Amino acid sequence: MSIRAFNLHKTFGNYKALDDVSIEVPEGRLVSLLGPSGSGKTTVLRILAGLEFPDRNSGGVVEFHGDDVTNVPAGKRGVGFVFQHYALFKHMTVAKNISFGLRAKPRRERPSKEAIDARVKELLELVQLDGLGNRYPSELSGGQRQRVALARAIASQPRVLLLDEPFGALDAKVRKDLRRWLRLFQEEIKITTIFVTHDQEEALELADEVVIMNNARIAQVGPPQEVYDHPASPFVIEFLGNVNRFTSGVGGPSKAKATEGKGVLYVRPHDVDIQLDESPHEYALRSKIQHIFSAGNYARVTLKRLGYEEPFEAEISRARLRELDLKVGATVSVVFRHVRLFADDRFLESDVREDGRLVEVT
Amino acid sequence: MSFPASPEDTGRTPIPPVRRKGRVNRRVIPGFGLTMGFTLTYLTLLVLIPLAAVFLRSAGLGWEDFWKAVTARQAVHSYKVTFGVSALAALTNAIFGFIVAWALTRYRFYGRRLIDALVDLPFALPTAVAGIALTALYAQNGWIGQFFHQPAEGVERSAFVTWVGQFLWPLGIKTAFSLTGIYIALTFIGLPFVVRTLQPVLEDFDHEVEEAGASLGAGRLRVFLTVIIPSLIPSILTGFSLAFARAIGEYGSVIFISGNRPLDTEITPLVIVKALEDHNYPRATAVAVVMLLASFLLLLIVNVLQRWAESIGQARN
Amino acid sequence: MAAILSRVRHDTVPTTNSATTEPTWVRWLLIAVTVGFVTLFLVLPLIAIFFKAFEKGLIPYFATFKHNPAYTPTYNPADAVNSILLTLKIAAVAVPLNLVFGLAAAWAITKFQYKGKSLLVTILDLPFAISPVIAGLIFILIFSRTHGWLGRALKGEGLFSRWIQHIDENIISLKIIFAFPGIALATIFVTLPFIARELVPTMQARGRDEEHAALTLGAGGWRTFFTVTLPNVRWALFYGIILCNARAMGEFGAVAVVSGNLRGQTTTVPIFIEMLYHGYGSDVNAFALATLLALLALVTLVLKNIVEWRVAKSREA
Repeated sequence: MSIRAFNLHKTFGNYKALDDVSIEVPEGRLVSLLGPSGSGKTTVLRILAGLEFPDRNSGGVVEFHGDDVTNVPAGKRGVGFVFQHYALFKHMTVAKNISFGLRAKPRRERPSKEAIDARVKELLELVQLDGLGNRYPSELSGGQRQRVALARAIASQPRVLLLDEPFGALDAKVRKDLRRWLRLFQEEIKITTIFVTHDQEEALELADEVVIMNNARIAQVGPPQEVYDHPASPFVIEFLGNVNRFTSGVGGPSKAKATEGKGVLYVRPHDVDIQLDESPHEYALRSKIQHIFSAGNYARVTLKRLGYEEPFEAEISRARLRELDLKVGATVSVVFRHVRLFADDRFLESDVREDGRLVEVT
Repeated sequence: MSFPASPEDTGRTPIPPVRRKGRVNRRVIPGFGLTMGFTLTYLTLLVLIPLAAVFLRSAGLGWEDFWKAVTARQAVHSYKVTFGVSALAALTNAIFGFIVAWALTRYRFYGRRLIDALVDLPFALPTAVAGIALTALYAQNGWIGQFFHQPAEGVERSAFVTWVGQFLWPLGIKTAFSLTGIYIALTFIGLPFVVRTLQPVLEDFDHEVEEAGASLGAGRLRVFLTVIIPSLIPSILTGFSLAFARAIGEYGSVIFISGNRPLDTEITPLVIVKALEDHNYPRATAVAVVMLLASFLLLLIVNVLQRWAESIGQARN
Repeated sequence: MAAILSRVRHDTVPTTNSATTEPTWVRWLLIAVTVGFVTLFLVLPLIAIFFKAFEKGLIPYFATFKHNPAYTPTYNPADAVNSILLTLKIAAVAVPLNLVFGLAAAWAITKFQYKGKSLLVTILDLPFAISPVIAGLIFILIFSRTHGWLGRALKGEGLFSRWIQHIDENIISLKIIFAFPGIALATIFVTLPFIARELVPTMQARGRDEEHAALTLGAGGWRTFFTVTLPNVRWALFYGIILCNARAMGEFGAVAVVSGNLRGQTTTVPIFIEMLYHGYGSDVNAFALATLLALLALVTLVLKNIVEWRVAKSREA
């Protein structure tokens, strides 16, 4: 079922949680609402679920499959909601939790007891908790609780699945496993799904489309690759992955050589290369190595330009690190492969050729 | 996999389109109208209207009669007794209640659980029962009273009592049927307030704060005075105010032990009761208004203090 | 006492750092003060009640309630039994009403946001804040046949007389003050906040997530309340009920004002204890009756501790 919401405004007391937010999710998609805490992403989710309502007379509308559901109460929207802290009923067994929605149906729609039991069994298998139906939530691990919450949310076959920080309370390992599992799960049942997260890696890896929020507004919408490669604002580039930020003393992709006071230059650490030549080309920066951290295939090198205090990072392969034989304290040349200049309210993107010539990318 | 291939295959009834005009109920959890309506009706009928009756009736007296009633000698003396002794009792509870709360939360000793449970006794024990029990203890021949009162002619006391008595008897303290008796009863009924207000605060008190103080080189007394006490002050004051508020209204436990002599050991609630017995409704109402205003003021103070205590608690977390 | 002190441990802070713990002698002193204060004010009165009740043996004790040829009290023991029955009846009226109110008020307070909520909570606290004597007085001012609004209106006098055009004979014969309804009203008033006050913090602490979950799963208000909310707060509810019940059975001041002390008809147990104590019976009779209320208080304390233990256990899980 497709979801459309537009002109959403929400204030809590004096605090503006949503300021004219509109989103559209086509049927069957997996969409992530991404943003720092306080950006309003959870509020959007709760409004879609009917757990909050847009401000009165603000014109906010929520449509499911073309139907206006703005004033439909939560229980009648056909939405499955997974709460951040799961909100499992602690005094009920796992099976009772999962069957709650089915048992709560009006008598003539309610499945028979046998059908409910069968459905619970099926769901337990689906979320890989076979045989744990008689446990209580307190007897389960965090990841297991998460999957119970998921099974409970989809038991009544909702047409929309909403998840609030679904992996927030889990440790790193479980989080990664569950993430992959959720992706496969969603592909299997093809349910329109929206999840909220503040973890950009999670959003980029999992979602078909990412909605990035900041300060009660939407900052950018698009497929993960696109928002990562073509950020629309300094906020987005800084929020999505590591980036080095230079405000002075480096050449940019514009005609002006120095960027002093004119804009900010952004360079991803993996677009930074380290060379031993003293001056490979005119944009190379002489820098001193402050710190080297290597784990896995990549090494992260922290450097400082000569004459400047702000540190920046380069990400190079382990092989390259060995080849260059870098040591803390050594002075090296740094060249950029790809740079973005933000000036006059827009980005100018350039590739840097080996001879130092800039090629603008549009 | 028995899941429908597409959500559209579920064959479920579509969501009913709701396009109602005008105001719609936008509360997420149902039952606001029902519970709020019932709550307000109940409170209005049982609390607000009856309390308003006191003020309306006293307004019917006219200012002069009202003033005369509330400043009658007997009434004024009762205020002094009630408020004065209540303040002393609440102060006693603030000090000893702090010690009790401290010992119960910080130390482990045999009988701790029992004492912890007993602290609520004054809440649970009916005041009339407390009144006769305290009177029995502190009257001239009571277990405790005998240490303070010289025995009547021909009454023998045990050697121990006589030995202690030689120091206490000459002091002439009357532990029952006196202001001291009122003080004892009011201390009893106010005992749980300070303890129960302080206990959760002490339990939540972050040990790291104390350890930080210690690691910065402060001694125990200094940590206690400069780190612990300041953050407990709102809670101590709250407990004091609660005990004081309870004490000024107390009737049952006091009247047995006080002796109830007008212009001496008569408390204000008793002035009201006596006025009612004399069918002197104007006086009863007028004095009740004074008591009510004092209670409202204390309720306000407690609310402010609690907010203060909460803000300290939040700042600490 | 020595046995208690010799086992002093200090397990909140494992190290004996001089800056985060007190010197041993201070700890012992504070524990001694705690034990002494609690013994003096709580343990001794409790012992005194039972001691006094059984001082003259078992026969006078039981003769308090049941006619016994071996010991004839100065009053009809059937009146003591009647006072017990009246007390049970009063509690049977007051507790269920305040239970329904408490659930409604807690729901209205914790499940919604609106302006004026803190005012509502303050009004809810009023019956705790004011003197029980005034709790009785307010109902006299409204319902007294000679001096209340309603009584005077029925006689064609006073403020509301013109509202009552047709005076029904049944209304005239209905007695409120110095009768069961008045005692019930006064008791409902003084016990009104108990259950709500236990429920509100518990429901607040649990938040609304579970209710929201139930609602998104399609459950209605009543189902959510009975299957999700109620099981979660059952211990707080239970504790609120036993506290409310203890106070309803033990209330003295408010009932004393509206009771009229008609033996066997309007005397609740606490009122009857006072009558016995003040010469209607003997001290033994008074304390014998008081043991019932003291036992009720002890049972309340035990249940309270069981509840707290259960809550702590469920929180650990």
